[in-house]
Amino acid sequence: MRSSHLLCLSLVAFLAAGGSGAAELGDAQKGREVFRQCTACHQVGDGAQNRVGPQLNGLFGRTAGTVDGVKYSESMIRMGNDGLVWTVETLDAYIENPRALVSKTRMSFRGIKDDQERADLMAYLRRYSDNPSNIPEAEPTATGTDHDLDPAILAIQGDPEYGEYLASECKTCHQASGANDGIPGITRWPTDDFVVAMHAYKRKLRPHPVMQMMAGRLNDDEIAALAAYFKDLE
Amino acid sequence: MMTLNRRIFLGTGAAAAASLSAPMVFAATQGKPHVVVVGGGAGGATAARYIAKDSNGEIAVTLIEPSRAYYTCFFSNLYLGGIKEIDDLGHTYGGLAAGGVNVVHDWATGVDRDAKTLALAGGGSVPYDKLILSPGIDFVEGAVEGWDTMAQNVMPHAYKGGSQTELLKAQMMAMPQGGTFAMVAPPNPYRCPPGPYERVSMVAHYLKANNPTAKIIVADPKGNFSKQSLFQEGWNTHYAGMIDWIGQDFGGGNVSVDPVAMTVTIDGEVTKVDVCNVIPAMKAGHIAEQAGVTTGNWVPVNAADMSTKADADVYVLGDSADQGDMPKSAYSANSQAKVCANAVRGALTGSRVFPAKFSNTCWSLIDTNDGVKVGATYEATDEKIAKVDGFISETGETAELRKATYEESEGWYAGITADMFGA
Repeated sequence: MRSSHLLCLSLVAFLAAGGSGAAELGDAQKGREVFRQCTACHQVGDGAQNRVGPQLNGLFGRTAGTVDGVKYSESMIRMGNDGLVWTVETLDAYIENPRALVSKTRMSFRGIKDDQERADLMAYLRRYSDNPSNIPEAEPTATGTDHDLDPAILAIQGDPEYGEYLASECKTCHQASGANDGIPGITRWPTDDFVVAMHAYKRKLRPHPVMQMMAGRLNDDEIAALAAYFKDLE
Repeated sequence: MMTLNRRIFLGTGAAAAASLSAPMVFAATQGKPHVVVVGGGAGGATAARYIAKDSNGEIAVTLIEPSRAYYTCFFSNLYLGGIKEIDDLGHTYGGLAAGGVNVVHDWATGVDRDAKTLALAGGGSVPYDKLILSPGIDFVEGAVEGWDTMAQNVMPHAYKGGSQTELLKAQMMAMPQGGTFAMVAPPNPYRCPPGPYERVSMVAHYLKANNPTAKIIVADPKGNFSKQSLFQEGWNTHYAGMIDWIGQDFGGGNVSVDPVAMTVTIDGEVTKVDVCNVIPAMKAGHIAEQAGVTTGNWVPVNAADMSTKADADVYVLGDSADQGDMPKSAYSANSQAKVCANAVRGALTGSRVFPAKFSNTCWSLIDTNDGVKVGATYEATDEKIAKVDGFISETGETAELRKATYEESEGWYAGITADMFGA
């Protein structure tokens, strides 16, 4: 909870400054330090080129998976088609735990758990977005960014028999064979990946309306039950 | 796949030879509880498959379905539009037979609810412990003045998959240049709410490429329809000037047809047409009426398990059910079948019964790679299946999103047919 307060406070400061750009999400100078760990794959600033990952100029407001010439994962392209746009909120969730937002992302990065570090990093990256229209201006985007799942939720032992029943609803679209055309396969996922993905839909961090609706009515135990069932589905 | 089917059929036949009083299909139940499912579509095939699969042989399951090959009504509009082939829509029952379902290709002709038996056109009667009816729709007689089922080979409904769909396509392709395609749309409630309007879109898609001066007129007894703003936006974008939708306010409900003269009369105005697709008012499949479980045109059911209000051992799935808020769709029938299968299994074997959860999504294609969707989730209340939450595509979406939505619908088609028939 502490984390969301910090971020909210900095947003409030930004809003108080009338959105003039005088206030920052975090400390961009510190963010530059944080960014060092990203530079193996990403460039930003004058003359930035795509490397393993896309260049990050103009990141805010960009639709996920749309920089020409970058070899994105299928998951990232799907998320972009679904409508994932990089905003303070989505980027914050992605940097915190990449797979919560994009299950099979090529960005093999464990994430930054410290909320202030993420805020600093975004403040730094934001300098390189000309038209940061996504920077929070209105109330809805300025509330709660407490993404991280309670470890107790990840620790729930799912009931696979209940999961099998609940999964029958998933299988109308997601094939038991794991086929991946048009609708992604969801079999044999690591439990944690499955759980964080479903909670990201439930919280509407992930954009897909059917999945937001489906996940939205599942409780923590039901999500755990599904994860337990799909993990072992051959 | 058909070979497997035949082998199982012969096998049960041999076992039944010892008992003349019991027709061959039933000897194999061997004292196990027996579930009989009527109708091998999205509701019935799914229920049969899930009960057989999940009961691990503890329940004998018989599916009564007259057709050896099932042609889906869902996606049949894409066949009209030339985007799918008819063979893409055909499925056989070998996967179900291999999965332990006794598939019997026959017509169910009557239900004796006191004796708990189902009569077959081929002779004999099938005893059941639980009977699941999923017979789809039939048409209300006299619903469209001048039309009856004898006229369906001149003015096809094409609202049950297969030969009717092929007939409508052949008629559409034979239209003279600049000809007129008419549709008489149905009143609520009916199977697949966006279906007639997706059909209009797909007919327009075909005509635009092959007969660009042709016209489409739709006589509609309703004042508005499913995904209306999405369809109308798409019609303006892709098929400007081709489609004339005449709703309730303009007399669209005051309609008669003449299959001999090939005319449609809408609010007194007679129009000579080249094709006339009459989609009449609908009611529950005939067997439901014969079973005596209908009230009015449909079958009232309990939301928690899809059992009928009239008889706790008779269940009704899909289009025939009067269940509350769910639209009549393959997706809904498939969803209801899983809730029903779980409840029936629990009732017969004491297996765990979980809370009823339902969902539906209907995708529609407006033009190549221009897909839209509407969907909702539902729960069981004492009164009905009640809507929990829903969504709908928006006007003005990007081409990329519309393409992704269409691709998703293809994924769904592969998914639901695998789920119905066994992959």
